[in-house]
Amino acid sequence: MFRLGGRELSSRLILGTGGAANLTVLEDAIVASGTEVVTVALRRVDPAFASNGLLSVLDRCGVAVLPNTAGCYTATDAVTVAHLAREAFGTDWVKLEVIGDDRTLLPDAVELVAAAEKLVADGFVVLPYTSDDPVLARRLADLGCAAVMPAGSPIGSGLGIGNPHHVSLIREAVAVPVILDAGIGTASDAALAMELGCDAVLVASAVTRAVEPARMASAMRYAVEAGRLAYTAGRIPKRFHALASTVDEGRPEL
Amino acid sequence: MNVTVNGKAATMLDGATVADVVREVTGQDAPRGVAVARSGAVVPRSAWSHTGLAEGDRIEVLTATQGG
Repeated sequence: MFRLGGRELSSRLILGTGGAANLTVLEDAIVASGTEVVTVALRRVDPAFASNGLLSVLDRCGVAVLPNTAGCYTATDAVTVAHLAREAFGTDWVKLEVIGDDRTLLPDAVELVAAAEKLVADGFVVLPYTSDDPVLARRLADLGCAAVMPAGSPIGSGLGIGNPHHVSLIREAVAVPVILDAGIGTASDAALAMELGCDAVLVASAVTRAVEPARMASAMRYAVEAGRLAYTAGRIPKRFHALASTVDEGRPEL
Repeated sequence: MNVTVNGKAATMLDGATVADVVREVTGQDAPRGVAVARSGAVVPRSAWSHTGLAEGDRIEVLTATQGG
């Protein structure tokens, strides 16, 4: 069990819904992932709107909706989108993204902190997408964010965790949950995040854009479980030289 | 009255409200999972029917889509 924003979750995998080819593929991936929380974005109503098929799928899967502020470049825009999402979905939860650059999609730290302060004051459960900077993560936690979500590497890059040491430093720096967000490419990246002490992993593209999304969703589910087990089991220290696992005593002289 | 709805020019009758725009865009009176901004400010669902439009308003009618 893991506690996030006052909610008990048994799955430590959060699934982003962006990038799935269609809603059937998405639904199969959600089911295979075992997730209880999925992200959605807020965009203009399509002219062919009849009813929101995405929300129906999420209802059917019994998962909670975590709206994001994707595409916002300023604190003002992100705060407005968070309020719109609260109106649309009736949730105080927000995955706060304030992007600084459209090539890397890395966060703008100054705007992110400003938006987080305002949304915490407005009563939101703020889950900020942040960089792998331990000092920034601590500032976000100190101002009242419910978790910090460092990027392993740029969104959608699949490059994995570029600076594992910083993820460990973030784990040490904050008491709130750490959710590795962005950059995961395959199951071993998710397992590594958990082995570094992250409380959860958020994966979107690695699942939705895989050749077989449901199969990758299942892989992520087991990777997160395995990584968490390994973290809590306490790994052996790394050594420069070998250490035999078989005792020398009783070795025959031939 | 000339307004902009989801980035496109639209003409609404005098006295039209945000609720009229929502009905026009979604085909429903109370669509689920929809939020509205009027010239950058959030219009709560409870205020749709009594928030009148003004010439030049920019109305955004938004809903959930797949996203990160």
